[in-house]
Amino acid sequence: MSSQALVEIRDVNFAYDSRPILKGVNLTFPKGKVIAVMGGSGCGKTTLLQLIGGALRPSSGYVKVDGQVIHELDHKGLYLMRRRMGMLFQFGALFTDMSVYDNVAFQMREHTDLPEEIIRDLVLMKLNAVGLRGSHHLMPAELSGGMARRVALARTVALDPMLIMYDEPFAGLDPISLTVVGNLIRRLNDALGATSVVVTHDVQESLKIVDYIYFIADGVVVAEGTPAEISSSDKPFVHQFVHGEMDGPVPFHYPCGDYWQDLNLRPWR
Amino acid sequence: MTIVEHLRSLGHRIVNAVWRIGYTSRFFLLILLYSGISFRRFHLTIKELFSSGVMSLIIILVAGLFVGMVLGLQGYETLKRYGAESALGSLVALSLVRELGPVLAALLFASRAGSAMTAEIGLMKATEQISAMEMMAINPIARVVAPRFWAGVISVPLLSALFSAMGVFGGYVVGVVLIGVDQGSFWSQMQAGVDFQHDIVNGIIKSFVFGVAVTAIALFEGYDAPPTAEGVSGATTRTVVESSLTILFLDFILTAFMFQGE
Ligand SMILES: Nc1ncnc2c1ncn2[C@@H]1O[C@H](COP(=O)(O)OP(=O)(O)O)[C@@H](O)[C@H]1O
Ligand SMILES: [Mg+2]
Repeated sequence: MSSQALVEIRDVNFAYDSRPILKGVNLTFPKGKVIAVMGGSGCGKTTLLQLIGGALRPSSGYVKVDGQVIHELDHKGLYLMRRRMGMLFQFGALFTDMSVYDNVAFQMREHTDLPEEIIRDLVLMKLNAVGLRGSHHLMPAELSGGMARRVALARTVALDPMLIMYDEPFAGLDPISLTVVGNLIRRLNDALGATSVVVTHDVQESLKIVDYIYFIADGVVVAEGTPAEISSSDKPFVHQFVHGEMDGPVPFHYPCGDYWQDLNLRPWR
Repeated sequence: MTIVEHLRSLGHRIVNAVWRIGYTSRFFLLILLYSGISFRRFHLTIKELFSSGVMSLIIILVAGLFVGMVLGLQGYETLKRYGAESALGSLVALSLVRELGPVLAALLFASRAGSAMTAEIGLMKATEQISAMEMMAINPIARVVAPRFWAGVISVPLLSALFSAMGVFGGYVVGVVLIGVDQGSFWSQMQAGVDFQHDIVNGIIKSFVFGVAVTAIALFEGYDAPPTAEGVSGATTRTVVESSLTILFLDFILTAFMFQGE
């Protein structure tokens, strides 16, 4: 991994109430790269993105973005920082009372004084980049899942952010939309000169588009490496995850007592 | 043992209620603090005025008409016993302007527009639209909540005025057109009986206070709703119940101050 880091996550601990979610994770996202953070559902991937975006505060350790410690910023500083970030939410989070056009134009209107003609051109360019220029008049309810995700993508990059965060961008997409979204993530990152973080559990798609991968399990980083290193890894966890095996270090069963007891049977011998 | 448990759950409820009052007050102050853009970009407030105020017009006008007609009938029945039918105009107008207009319009507003505000904001939260806005460095209280608040605060007094006007018309239709009370005395009694300062201004103050209360409750409940289907539906119900009770309670307090039985 080369060049400076845009995001540094150092020894970050985080707990909801008293339940620890992250237990001292260290990640580094270098400028210009697309990084994947993988792990099973509920392992704290969304939480990690919220820590980067400053929606949550680590109980110890720090997250540094572009040299600034996020949880030390005041309200104004945080908002200035967020203007340079884009976040694609897990379910798109399009504004349902606005058309596709207004969704993409939203941040431009809120944060800039650009005249409406220029906003119009910019919006159509962003929509064109995701292949949906023709859909600008539709309402979010009229879009298919894959289209909604792409519109959300266009909205996320509306102000050309330096850091783009994707929360499960592949969840619930058909194979074609999946490839389309995957390619868009890579192309947008390179075209904007941005840095992207893709939080996902879709291994195969991510291996194709990312530069580096972190695996999180039980609140710690259990493996990391380039796609080539990950594909050929023989660590049991990575192997189970990459090949989607049912049992392994991550057990199939939620912790439970003896089966025969739950069924009120006598012990089997 | 059970007594201890009862005491504990009682204490828990009280502490919870105090917390909620604190949260509501803080939320209310934040709305006021971030109200700038509701006026600088007044078109945001106008959009909400349309969806809460204008869309409540029909129910307000129809309800006002019927309430006025009932007042006309009942008032005539009672006044007739004392031979004071000619006072019907002032009875109808005073009841409406002082009490029924502000109270009923606010109650109807709470169930028509307040519940919709709660559901809308609750759903925006459940579908992460509010979080998305925050991540875009846009303050959702300033952008989403405050315009709705001011729209409510502006709408309720206007709706109460329309309610009262419609009610007076309904009373006129029943009293004068159908029953045959003298038209001249109906209007002149009304003119003489209603004092601008004492009745109309106080009525406007009431409906303004109700507007603030109903809208603040509706917005808080929506903003505070757990992001689930039950969460939003529960919040919508609470909006209607809490704002109705608050309106009636505040009405008593305000009436006691305004018309101290003189
Ligand atoms: N607001 C919350 N309060 C308490 N626990 C939460 C909250 N949000 C998430 N969690 C828990 O934290 C864990 C990590 O959540 P999350 O980061 O959303 O996981 P994922 O990796 O699936 O995105 C989950 O087990 C979830 O139940
Ligand atoms: Mg998640």
